[in-house]
Amino acid sequence: MDEPSARERDSGDAAERDPQDARAHVIATRGLTKRYRGGQLAVDGLDLTVPAGSVFGFLGPNGSGKTTTIRMLMGLIEPTSGTARVLGRPMPRATRAVLPQVGALIEGPALYGFLSGRDNLLRYDAADPTADPRTRRARVAAALDRVGLAAAAGKKARAYSLGMKQRLGLAAALLQPRRLLVLDEPTNGLDPQGMREIRALIRELASDGTTVFLSSHLLDEIEQVCTHAAVMTQGRLVTQGAVADLAAGARGRLAVTTPDPGEAARVLKEQGVGDVTVDGDRVTGEPPAQDLAEVNAALVAAGVRVRGFTLEQASLEDAFVALTGEGFDVAG
Amino acid sequence: MSRAEALQTRAGRRPSPLWTFGLLRSELVTTLRRWRTLALLAVLAAVPVLVGIAVKLETRGGSTAGPGGGDGPAFIAQITNNGLFLVFTALAATLPFFLPMAVGVVAGDAIAGEAGSGTLRYLLVAPAGRTRLLLTKYTTVMAFCVLATLVVAVSALIVGALLFPLGELTTISGTRISFAEGLGRALLIALVVAASLVGVAALGLFVSTLTNSGIAAMATTVGLLITVQILDQIPQLHALQPYLFSHYWLSFADLVRDPVYWDDLVKNLGLQALYAAVFGSAAWARFTTKDISA
Ligand SMILES: Nc1ncnc2c1ncn2[C@@H]1O[C@H](COP(=O)(O)OP(=O)(O)O)[C@@H](O)[C@H]1O
Ligand SMILES: [Mg+2]
Repeated sequence: MDEPSARERDSGDAAERDPQDARAHVIATRGLTKRYRGGQLAVDGLDLTVPAGSVFGFLGPNGSGKTTTIRMLMGLIEPTSGTARVLGRPMPRATRAVLPQVGALIEGPALYGFLSGRDNLLRYDAADPTADPRTRRARVAAALDRVGLAAAAGKKARAYSLGMKQRLGLAAALLQPRRLLVLDEPTNGLDPQGMREIRALIRELASDGTTVFLSSHLLDEIEQVCTHAAVMTQGRLVTQGAVADLAAGARGRLAVTTPDPGEAARVLKEQGVGDVTVDGDRVTGEPPAQDLAEVNAALVAAGVRVRGFTLEQASLEDAFVALTGEGFDVAG
Repeated sequence: MSRAEALQTRAGRRPSPLWTFGLLRSELVTTLRRWRTLALLAVLAAVPVLVGIAVKLETRGGSTAGPGGGDGPAFIAQITNNGLFLVFTALAATLPFFLPMAVGVVAGDAIAGEAGSGTLRYLLVAPAGRTRLLLTKYTTVMAFCVLATLVVAVSALIVGALLFPLGELTTISGTRISFAEGLGRALLIALVVAASLVGVAALGLFVSTLTNSGIAAMATTVGLLITVQILDQIPQLHALQPYLFSHYWLSFADLVRDPVYWDDLVKNLGLQALYAAVFGSAAWARFTTKDISA
């Protein structure tokens, strides 16, 4: 009995797994719903699919149900209905088998203020019955080193700054090699330098092959680090997919730079360009269905002096606005 | 080493069943490193010192100490003859309130305090396992019951030895037993007193699973303790009183009889076991199904 690994336990109940999801999808939910006791419907029929090896951005304004979803995925709260599978196993039933392979930062770090940073990690590691006590100190030191806290490891956690606490929380998620990292708003409360460092760390972890599930209410954060994304508003999933596809789905804007903006706007409207807006010498609008070369020719034919004629790339933000019909900072 | 290799190594190594006790060790150490725990133990250690000094001052004129206080048996009158009686006196003095209060504070904070500070969610995703964590917490609270009692007993023994003569002692029944046997009975009494606290410990742990505020759980547990003590004094409630966890607490004095009178001692231990079973199960039922949303 040399090979009693997690793999063997995995295959034990292969029958209850959807074979399609088993390997490819690190997280798969079906109709996942949570209604809090107060009656608040926080997550509503979520069908989420996170491919293995992705850096998956879970995007939504404050109050859209991101943390609630993560709590259900981690077995902390029971779904009102629907199912959630993590690493191919049902949650919360399989927490014992699944969670040792998952590192998590949920709604900010939580620490024992009267313990040093190192002792905090030693305690969290001791809580995992699959963590080898013989390698505990070395793994804790490595995790501290990885998040840049080695020098402050002996300091009491209550004396840590918010950024240091956040790093210590991340270190707790890195105590073991993980197949999945779930990071709930990991850059919250950090200064721009701290944010950059955390993002660099996430990229580094992802390049090791770890799947990263990253929630955020910051669009540019998702755009900078994620390969895939899902967008939530008010507990509902609006869309999900590869970031490139999502941005492509939203059409870019046509931008014309000209000393004759009034005339240009008139011609563009004639050519079927929607939502034409004039801003100084810049006229922008939604590109029409017809060939853009025709539009340009029409401008020139009307005597509009064109300095620049470009189709601007859609950003994830455009995609979001297109999908939800509202700005991003609306709270749910 | 690449991540894949690391996982391979990890998968090939069977976790030892002994590793599960790492959490218990961590819990014991963490509890003892809390400033609050140390303050409680300091208060408990101070009680025998105060009693010892008070008795010493009162009897300096050569008169023997006055009749014992209302707290159960009149051990206090014997202290001047034998310092070992300070152990019995100190336990009798702390059992009604100080000891159970200390246990109530530690038990009440056990789950609720971690929930309030958010550390509970990280223990659970580690994953500590809810049943395992609850058992660990309960074991730790029990260990604290024993430790707190021993702190009182040892402090009393040291103060007693310093201030008063030691030697053969007279039991409540009037027979004499050797000092060594007296010491043995003192240890037995300390263990019975510790066991008397199991009921409060289970109650406190159950309360602790009901809220996300450590302070609220501690206050509720101590409030229940006081309420039960008052109910135990109201004569009209005598039908109910045998089921109050504090009802047989002072039966430990029966261990200083010769021969030992076991009836109430057994009733006390049975009652504590009943509380442990009922509130332990309730705590388990609650904690294993609870939404952890703090
Ligand atoms: N413990 C709770 N009890 C009741 N309602 C809650 C609780 N936690 C969150 N909510 C509500 O559920 C909704 C989603 O919250 P949350 O999942 O925290 O959103 P996000 O993490 O996206 O900001 C919000 O309207 C919030 O007020
Ligand atoms: Mg949140």
